[in-house]
Amino acid sequence: MTLRRILIANRGEIAVRVIRTCQRLGIETVLAASEADLDSMGARLADRTICIGPANSSASYLNIEAVVTAAVTTKADAIHPGYGFLSENPKLAEACNHAGVIFIGPTVDQLDAVGDKLKARGHAGAAGLAGVPGGEVRSLDEAHRLATEIGWPILIKAVGGGGGRGMKQVHEAANLAAAMEMAMAEAQASFGDPRLYIERYISHGRHIEVQILGDGEEVIHLGTRDCSIQRRYQKLVEEAPAPNISETLREEMHRAAVAFARHLKYRGLGTVELLVDCDRDTFYFLEMNARIQVEHPVTEVICGLDLVEEQIAIAEGRKLRWKQHDITFFGHAIECRINAEDWTQDFRPSPGTVRRAIFPAGQGIRVDTHIQAGTTVPPYYDSLLGKLIVHGADRAEALHKLRRDLSNLEIPGVATNLAMHAELMHNAEFARGGVNTAFLQRFLENRNIEAA
Amino acid sequence: MKFTNEDVQEILQLLDATKYDELHLETGRFKLTLRRNRGGGDWTQETQVLSAPNIVNSPAGAPVAVNVGATSTAHSTTPGDLRKAGWLEVRAHLPGTFYRAPKPGAPPFVEIGGRVEEETVVGIIETMKLMNAVHAQTRGEVVEICFENAQFVEKDAVLIRIKPVAA
Repeated sequence: MTLRRILIANRGEIAVRVIRTCQRLGIETVLAASEADLDSMGARLADRTICIGPANSSASYLNIEAVVTAAVTTKADAIHPGYGFLSENPKLAEACNHAGVIFIGPTVDQLDAVGDKLKARGHAGAAGLAGVPGGEVRSLDEAHRLATEIGWPILIKAVGGGGGRGMKQVHEAANLAAAMEMAMAEAQASFGDPRLYIERYISHGRHIEVQILGDGEEVIHLGTRDCSIQRRYQKLVEEAPAPNISETLREEMHRAAVAFARHLKYRGLGTVELLVDCDRDTFYFLEMNARIQVEHPVTEVICGLDLVEEQIAIAEGRKLRWKQHDITFFGHAIECRINAEDWTQDFRPSPGTVRRAIFPAGQGIRVDTHIQAGTTVPPYYDSLLGKLIVHGADRAEALHKLRRDLSNLEIPGVATNLAMHAELMHNAEFARGGVNTAFLQRFLENRNIEAA
Repeated sequence: MKFTNEDVQEILQLLDATKYDELHLETGRFKLTLRRNRGGGDWTQETQVLSAPNIVNSPAGAPVAVNVGATSTAHSTTPGDLRKAGWLEVRAHLPGTFYRAPKPGAPPFVEIGGRVEEETVVGIIETMKLMNAVHAQTRGEVVEICFENAQFVEKDAVLIRIKPVAA
């Protein structure tokens, strides 16, 4: 069926991003907003806005009943969940099915299969994509045995979810018991599921992911993204394609991600996250994200597709419009996440009111944001103010443009991490390309030493 | 008809061929300023969506009254005599949700009458999904706790009062 009205159950830049595509396609938009967001840019752009509850996200953006009721009340054909919040919650997909509303995303079973990190590892293995050596541990003894078998150091992870919560690095057996206990408490508190698994800790790893798109039968890939610039497992810079890897390895990653999604008969847009072991020139399955991601624009600009439009087409029950050989890539794209955090004060969050929002404009520049003069940045949600995405004919050109464009960006009123991005883009090691996930911490520490 | 990024790009291409360094466009729905930087030739944009949100009634009727501002008035009535008595205030360094315990169901970090050191964690403020520990910053006895668990606090709100105790 053709979707005529979509309820957007999200906020911030992604709500604005989804609304813009809907407008271009002639689809009516209803924004489901919390009380704190009734005056947001998304609310101003949407055809209609419906309040789904108080500012606190557990009472609004995480409230399945409120979201589905809002869709039914406004007679929306479908719900676009954006990222975060309920976007990968099988219960929302199920509630949509019951209410006769289309959930723009994969099936309930697929959300379930990739949401449980152990099940996802199992499926990846069955599709020939190995996870990082490790497995579930039900007791301290079991953890000891497995850690000895796969070798120290290890990483403890929560079965129930990702995002760094419940994750602990352990370098020696003596610290295992305490780390397991903490991880279990965090996993229980964050996901309501205390189960843990352990993996070999790969110190020289790069975080590279493959964007895939499926219609329930056919699956294609839209290339790689490198997301190794992270702080506490939160991504800050992403680029496409992943730089400085052999074309053989890249092709293998594409093939593995497509095989995994085919194995699931995956329907919708998804990302297969891989950890590339630079020491061994091989890669492992980390997890799959069954939604649109923050960093999707770098893929869009190099392959010329609108991924929200593709999500909508698949939700309408259409077959993939593209064959793999239709997908071509041009140039290189880099994205900087601009956050309201004071990077000189250990990245302390900085809510407040934006006085002005000045962004660079021109060829090869894209800004995805919900920020304008007068916007309130509330303390209830994440600190993302927007994303600057720059496209160049190659990586060197993209980097060169990015340095200039960052200097043309000003958001007075709140503290931001803009200056960090500017320094990072001038860093020689980053400029060479292909840094691993340990790089950013080292960059920040060296900077502190120089400043001291 | 909506105004898109492609429209901005086209306007910029037109402007590039002119001698103008600034364009200001304002309609009922939006405001756009394009500016050419001195020397460099780079353009910047400032856009503002002006159209008012079209808010429809939620199922339960009108939107529920805002209850997040339920901050205690304790801090606004800081009586001078408390200061005279030498009590010290622990204030919120950030706005956010104040938690008295490390996780739901766990015992609170501190209770009235409890002894604290400078480094004792007396609460957590959740701001932008990050948990920020609040330290006592003084040695003494907790004499007042000004907020309930999970209440929203403004920046600089007094969270806890402590009666200093000599070492």
